[in-house]
Amino acid sequence: MSLLRPSSSSIRRRLTLQLLVSAAVLALVLFFIVFNFARQIGSESQDRVLLASARSVLDASTIQDGEVWIDIPYFAFSMLDNPSDDRVFYQIVQDGDLLTGYEDLPQARSDGAEAGFLTVPYRTETLRIVTLTRRLSDGGQPVEVTVTVGQTRDEQADVLNRISRMTVLLGLGFFAVSAVLAVLAGQSTASSLSRLAGSVSRRGPQDLRPVVADVPSEMRPLVRSLNSLIARLSGAFTRTEDFIAEAAHRVRTPLATVRAHAENTLRRVDREENRVSLREMIRAIDESSRAAGQLLDHAMVSLRADQLELQLVELSSLVRDLVERLSPVAEMRDMPIRINAEVPCEVMGDPILIQNAVRNLLDNAVKYAPSDTPIEVGIAAESGNAIITIRDHGAGFPDPTDAQLTRRFTRGENAAGTIGSGLGLTIAEEVARAHQGHLVISNHSDGGGACVQLSIPLR
Amino acid sequence: MRFLLVEDNPQLAAAVLDRLSLDGHVVDHAGDLATADGFISTTDYDLILLDIMLPDGDGRDFLNAHRARGRTTPVIVLTARSEVSDRVGALDMGADDYIAKPFDFAELEARCRAVLRRQAGTATNVTRFGNASLNRLAGTLDVAGKSVELRNRELRLLEVFFAAPGQIIPKPKLVDRLFSYDEEVSENAIEVYVGRLRKHLEGSDVSIVTVRGLGYRLSVP
Repeated sequence: MSLLRPSSSSIRRRLTLQLLVSAAVLALVLFFIVFNFARQIGSESQDRVLLASARSVLDASTIQDGEVWIDIPYFAFSMLDNPSDDRVFYQIVQDGDLLTGYEDLPQARSDGAEAGFLTVPYRTETLRIVTLTRRLSDGGQPVEVTVTVGQTRDEQADVLNRISRMTVLLGLGFFAVSAVLAVLAGQSTASSLSRLAGSVSRRGPQDLRPVVADVPSEMRPLVRSLNSLIARLSGAFTRTEDFIAEAAHRVRTPLATVRAHAENTLRRVDREENRVSLREMIRAIDESSRAAGQLLDHAMVSLRADQLELQLVELSSLVRDLVERLSPVAEMRDMPIRINAEVPCEVMGDPILIQNAVRNLLDNAVKYAPSDTPIEVGIAAESGNAIITIRDHGAGFPDPTDAQLTRRFTRGENAAGTIGSGLGLTIAEEVARAHQGHLVISNHSDGGGACVQLSIPLR
Repeated sequence: MRFLLVEDNPQLAAAVLDRLSLDGHVVDHAGDLATADGFISTTDYDLILLDIMLPDGDGRDFLNAHRARGRTTPVIVLTARSEVSDRVGALDMGADDYIAKPFDFAELEARCRAVLRRQAGTATNVTRFGNASLNRLAGTLDVAGKSVELRNRELRLLEVFFAAPGQIIPKPKLVDRLFSYDEEVSENAIEVYVGRLRKHLEGSDVSIVTVRGLGYRLSVP
């Protein structure tokens, strides 16, 4: 049955997907935060070293007789050394005039004692620049000395590169762990659902007890409504079966009364026209009771065929029992029923349905074949199938290939003189199909006679 | 034979009583399980005909209790319910057979005979005229010490004659007894079976005599 739409709405899949997406977003956010933080730290530490370098140059500046002397200390630039061999540029300006260094080196805006920082393209490089200004005075005119130190950013880029690589790895690791956790979380959520589903689907078709399952509180309303559905279903099922039984009772008891009285009367009356009408009456009663019985049987078979209660069925003894049941009726017409059974022949099936099918086939044979002829019943196992063959020595089917024979209420053309409802073969075929088997209708090649084979896969 | 009929529908019960009495049986009728209990505690029956749906309970419970008390009286269940759902239930509860309503009296008779045959083995219920004796349960005819197994219709036909020796039995009545109602048979079909019986009865003290225009009569010594 494809009543369920395709599962875009699998809870497990949805939950897992949601967790994965949030893990991915978190991993990305983590990456950017760490990356930015690293860049900031890197740039701050470069700034600090640049500032220290500029400050040490200024600290080394003295003024003598209005002349600025700077003895640039060795460590002023060596502190900027690093493994990436970043190049250092500097410029010292006194009152706007270049004292030493690169003339075209740009300056950052520096305000009094505050240092100014700037990232700027210079020649073919990008430089980080610090500019620091200090007023020197030896008592005379103060002199403004501005020191600018710049450094390329190769080391920082290199460090940043390494950090970002590590951050990517960290993010991926985070994502991988989250993914595993997400799948586990999805599974554990779905498992309580599948436990519930399992406890429902494992039960037999006739098991309509309420579901008792240990489920999370969110699922309790589901279990409650499932149980109320089961209760209603079980009620409907019982009512249907009761109705069928009750209907049969209501129809058959009065028919039995009428038939019994008619038969008794027939024994007492002598006038031919009365006898004819009494016989007609009995025939009509038989016809209607048989139709009612088979209709109700058919209803019951359909009801059960939808939900087979499979059990191990030994066909030979099942057929033997049926034949024993039916032989008093067959004997009345002097029709011996011969059984030829290979034992054992076991199938998985519903014994009540199989009995019903075989009984209908035997009934047909007893009814339609002439008296004083035998009926042969065979049970054999052939190529994975159990085959029950029922063969009579009557006129056979007018056209055994006629698919109409197994249709409801249709009967063979030569069945007109016999009481029947046309449901016997229909029931037998339904039972066969419910068991993944089939019904083969033919006329026997040797000597004629109807030959019906019911085959059911062996266990 | 003595029958107990447990059936709550009075009209049906009346018809069954009528028929069984016509056949020469003694029948007690109980309309509910309590009455039936009273009957079986005081009388031995050859066979019980038991309805399933009774006003004071389920016939199958009665059957169960009956078997639990160790009674072996054969029981045939009369069921009006769907056979699919009921059949197994009745046979599992210890019924010897069941018959679905509405039933053919001939079939009921055949089933009673089968059940009693299983129960009693053979050698009961013998009717004898001179050197010819009919064992109705075993279905055998003994003529001057020679035993013949009768076919079912031969047996039923001979039963009719043995039950009413000396009386003229019209052909149509014999047709009713021998053939089911959905068979189209001419009265001539009876002649075939009478012919067979005459052959079996050769050398015996009884004979089947044709009474022209009226039917047949069993002439006995």
